[in-house]
Amino acid sequence: MSIQIKEVSKTFGSFQALSDINLDIQTGELVALLGPSGSGKTSLLRIIAGLEESDNGAILFGNEEITHIRATERKVGFVFQHYALFKHMTVFDNVAYGLKVRPKKERPSKKDITEKVRELLSLVKLDAFADRYPAQLSGGQRQRVALARALAVEPKVLLLDEPFGALDAKVRKELRRWLRRLHDDFHITSIFVTHDQEEALDVADRIVVMNEGKIEQIGSPEEVYEHPNSPFVYDFLGNVNVFHGRLENGQWRNGAGGENHGSLAYVRPHDILIERKKPADDAVQAKVVHVHVVGRTVHIELKQERTDQFLEAELTKERYRELNIKVGENVFVRPNQLKVFIPEDYSI
Amino acid sequence: MAKKKWKKHSILPGFGLSLGFTTLYVSLLVLLPLAMIFVNTASMSWADFRATVTEPRVVASYQLSFGAAFAAACINVIFGVLIAWVLVRYSFPGKRVIDGLVDLPFALPTAVAGIALTTLYAETGWIGQFLSFKVAFTPIGITIALTFIGLPFVVRMVQPVLQNFDQEMEEASAILGANRFQTFIKVIVPEILPAALTGFALAFARALGEYGSVVFIAGNMPMKTEITPLLIMTKLEQYDYAGATAIAAVMLVISFFLLLFINGLQWWTNRKFAHS
Repeated sequence: MSIQIKEVSKTFGSFQALSDINLDIQTGELVALLGPSGSGKTSLLRIIAGLEESDNGAILFGNEEITHIRATERKVGFVFQHYALFKHMTVFDNVAYGLKVRPKKERPSKKDITEKVRELLSLVKLDAFADRYPAQLSGGQRQRVALARALAVEPKVLLLDEPFGALDAKVRKELRRWLRRLHDDFHITSIFVTHDQEEALDVADRIVVMNEGKIEQIGSPEEVYEHPNSPFVYDFLGNVNVFHGRLENGQWRNGAGGENHGSLAYVRPHDILIERKKPADDAVQAKVVHVHVVGRTVHIELKQERTDQFLEAELTKERYRELNIKVGENVFVRPNQLKVFIPEDYSI
Repeated sequence: MAKKKWKKHSILPGFGLSLGFTTLYVSLLVLLPLAMIFVNTASMSWADFRATVTEPRVVASYQLSFGAAFAAACINVIFGVLIAWVLVRYSFPGKRVIDGLVDLPFALPTAVAGIALTTLYAETGWIGQFLSFKVAFTPIGITIALTFIGLPFVVRMVQPVLQNFDQEMEEASAILGANRFQTFIKVIVPEILPAALTGFALAFARALGEYGSVVFIAGNMPMKTEITPLLIMTKLEQYDYAGATAIAAVMLVISFFLLLFINGLQWWTNRKFAHS
């Protein structure tokens, strides 16, 4: 089911959590709401679920306006960051809950419920755990139970609030892949909230970057990563180096002074090239401050000689060996690709 | 068979010492005085004992004491949970005052409570005059007095549990389509049940032993409104120590089994949370 969000605003006391949010989500899409804490992403999700009421604006599921329909009747699936499983019920009863609370007329027979729950438990690979209580499961298993519970009512919309936030890195990655596969199989319109850019880039069809209650950018993972439309998005989606410089005849120059001085250039660490010899005029001399190897990539911290600014660069291990860089040495750095934002248009 | 290890490794030493002290303390303070009841009772012949505890007046007092205490504890569970709910879930002016008032039945000398309740519920009292039935000097009055003194137990047991209750569980229940009643019965009640049961047991036990507040409002008519503790006092005043302890011993044994049963119930409801 498609979701339309029109002019939705929300304040908590004097805090503007959301202001005039407009967002269209197509049927079967997997959308990530990405932003730092306090950006309003969770509030938006809770408003879509009906757990919170918006101050104004409208929300449509398909062509039906549901702004004032209670959460109980919206028929969405919701997955909480901290699982919110019913502690006193077994895994089986947790998953069956949504079916068991239906009014008598709509309630499936006991046999059908059992069948459905078994089916879902095998989907989340927890067949053997049906009789366990949530406290006897690991975090990843609990979140899978929560997902099965949400799917049991066959929702048209699946909402996930930082679903993997409380899990350790390895389990998180596994569940991420698994959610992606699940979505590819079932095509439920899904929205998930995350503050982890890697997670959003990895899983989502489309990313909605939010900041301070507003949408900064909407686009495919590639789009927002390669063509961020503001310094905030650039900064939020991965590490970044900022060069202070000036614009001259449409050309950006490193270093302060001159006309339009104050303009900023953004460069990703992996777009910084390091050379032993000065390759061109625009290369900058820098001193290697720190080198640390994380798996196959080598992170290098540099300090620009002239401006005393710190830079971060990422090299492959091969390139690192080739250059044979040591801490304290002087090298030349040059941005391979940069994006310039002029402060008149944007402020950080 | 390998020797069973009681002691778990702990960073704080002193298992032996603290267990020894606990045993001594509980023995001196609880076990020994209670044992004296049975020792004293043993000075009677079996026939005398049976005659004393099966006397119609004594049997009637047992029924009244256990019945009124049970009724009062039931009322306290229902309204105690309600008060705890209101105090935890809502904020309103005067909330702290109400929160403080809940503890008052503990602080007040019970005789004062008894006199106050009697004045209110007597036929000419502020509340009594509007009621078409008699409250003071009837089992209803006794139940009111016992409800009064047992009120804090349930509230104070349930309050912290409600405070720590994960409200996301309620939201999850609502999103899955459960109505408010279903959410309350299926999600909230099971969570607060162990605490409510503990509160019930405490209120019940406290009501069984209550003397001060009841004697005023009860009227103490033999066979009708005479509670067991009063009967024990009467026997003591007549220097019939063996008779008094005999009645007490029976009461103690019944109370012990009732509390054991409630504890069993608690264990049963708690079992499901064993691993959390």
